[in-house]
Amino acid sequence: MRVVLAEDLFLLRDGLVRLLEAYDFEIAAAVESGPELERALAELEPDVAVVDVRLPPTHTDEGLQCALKARRARPGLPVLVLSQHVEQLYARELLADGSGGVGYLLKDRVFDAEQFVDAVRRVAAGGTAMDPQVIQQLLARRSGDEQSPVSRLTPREREVLELMAQGRSNTAIAGKLVVTERAVAKHTANIFVKLGLEVSDDDNRRVLAVLAYLDRDR
Amino acid sequence: MNTETTDTTRPGTIENGGGSRTRAVVLAAVQGLVLALVVLPFAVLGLVLTLLSLALIPLGIGLVTTPAVLALVRTLAATRRRLAEEWCGVRIPVVYRPLTPGARPWTRTVELLRDPQTWRDVRWLPVDMTAGFVTALLPAVLLLYPVEGFAVAAGLWRELAGDGTYWYGFVPVSDQPTALGAGATAAVLLVAAYRLTPALLLLHFRLTRALLASPEGELAERVRVLTETRRDAVDTSAAELRRIERDLHDGAQARLVAMGMDLGTVEALVDKDPERAKLLLAQTRRASAEALAELRDLVRGIHPPVLAERGLGDAVRALALRLPVPTEVVVDLPGRAEAPVESAAYFAVSEILTNAVKHSGAGRIWADLHHADGLLRISVTDDGRGGAAVGAGSGLAGVERRLGTFDGVLAVSSPVGGPTMVTLEIPCVLS
Repeated sequence: MRVVLAEDLFLLRDGLVRLLEAYDFEIAAAVESGPELERALAELEPDVAVVDVRLPPTHTDEGLQCALKARRARPGLPVLVLSQHVEQLYARELLADGSGGVGYLLKDRVFDAEQFVDAVRRVAAGGTAMDPQVIQQLLARRSGDEQSPVSRLTPREREVLELMAQGRSNTAIAGKLVVTERAVAKHTANIFVKLGLEVSDDDNRRVLAVLAYLDRDR
Repeated sequence: MNTETTDTTRPGTIENGGGSRTRAVVLAAVQGLVLALVVLPFAVLGLVLTLLSLALIPLGIGLVTTPAVLALVRTLAATRRRLAEEWCGVRIPVVYRPLTPGARPWTRTVELLRDPQTWRDVRWLPVDMTAGFVTALLPAVLLLYPVEGFAVAAGLWRELAGDGTYWYGFVPVSDQPTALGAGATAAVLLVAAYRLTPALLLLHFRLTRALLASPEGELAERVRVLTETRRDAVDTSAAELRRIERDLHDGAQARLVAMGMDLGTVEALVDKDPERAKLLLAQTRRASAEALAELRDLVRGIHPPVLAERGLGDAVRALALRLPVPTEVVVDLPGRAEAPVESAAYFAVSEILTNAVKHSGAGRIWADLHHADGLLRISVTDDGRGGAAVGAGSGLAGVERRLGTFDGVLAVSSPVGGPTMVTLEIPCVLS
């Protein structure tokens, strides 16, 4: 799987290259600025792009803007955005076209190599990988409202909902919570009923439905 | 700037044509009449209350009543300043010293009495009810007195004089020729009124300005205010630095030290007891994640990333997304303000929104950001229960002081029962 990587800090870029290579990714290009990233995405047509939000020359949200632009030029281009901070505002911009193949994670998540690589693979496959922090913010807001159905979920169902909103499959959720897949399926069915969401087998659409629910009224 | 033609700078009298001049004369007379008969009586009230309240200070009662009375005097002075600006274009600079928020009445009294502007306000009252009264009434008198003169000339003298002599001004009227003399005097007076009336009203407001404005002039007042706000700014930034230093020292720095120690232990254990080394490594990784999270919070408190990356509009949008209350943000900013202004505005809005969420009981909040006429104006409205005030320990007083550094102002409209609307304005240019 061919990856284009954009990160301006040498140490982190080097670390990411080695990490991804260790997991059998092919690094098509590892760049350090917005214009270079733009060129690499247009010319190399990678399977997935891993992009830092803040890139030279502006050191603002150059990386995010490049990623959004590349996705407009090539719809569905899988992009995983990394950042020192996660903001719902940026997550919404990434999810706006509803086509999946996006991820938005805190840079800290690379500490857990396997989870991080799993996220890259999920995004490359057209799924989503939302940072738990984004989801927790959304959930915290929704459950603060007593009329919200989120507050009627059991603690276990909330855990399942969080993982589902991050973009994980039932199998992955079962593994993470150390329960059977059937139990997860039961929980997800309950969640969908309580939240009034349509059941869907498609992982990506399932996430978007959850996010749309958590985000409504905005 | 205030030469004889100053009245022409007044809106509506810009052309010196006959019609507009007449209108200006009548308007000035009416305005003078309103001032003399409606507004000035309050000066009497204000003076009496002030003297009474000050006299009661030795008894202690005055300490409690003085802030309220002086607030009334300030309102009177503020009204006059506004009228001066609106009616005659006379700008009267005003700068009160900032008051300590939430101070007790006697502290407030002492603060008020130490402000030279308070004394200027009080000194203005007796002059206003005497010389001010005359200068305000004169335009109307000058315009109305000739009417009597013409009436006298037209035959009213017979009624008024009877068998003796009726004095119209300095003209003794006893028969028709002298009555015509009175008429001529009236004509002269009318001409004088036509020429002088607006100037007299102007004189009244100049008198007001001479008394109400600081003798050192606007510049000195400005210096005084800047000194105050600079002190505030230095105080807050020093406190901020101390907080950051403490947070770094107790938080991220301590965690990094612990991680270093753990890694040392891991190094020693890695051959002897690989299992425990693994455990320690996992712990170290968790500690590094926690240190990062702390640093992130710290950065957000110093300069929020979205603010740095996208500017004020998106920073407030991002802020709104994190609030538990649905918040609608409307942004109309054609550019970005300077970083310190953006930052001040952001933290002010942040504080106002937090206040609204915590205290207002609102179900919805609206934030509106726009820039016009060199002013960045932000208003935050909620549909809560209202009753918010700047001095009520609501945190709004702190916001006001901080905005002062940027010449910014804060206005709160929050009737009990709601809704609350907090507006802030900062003069700035966008780039």
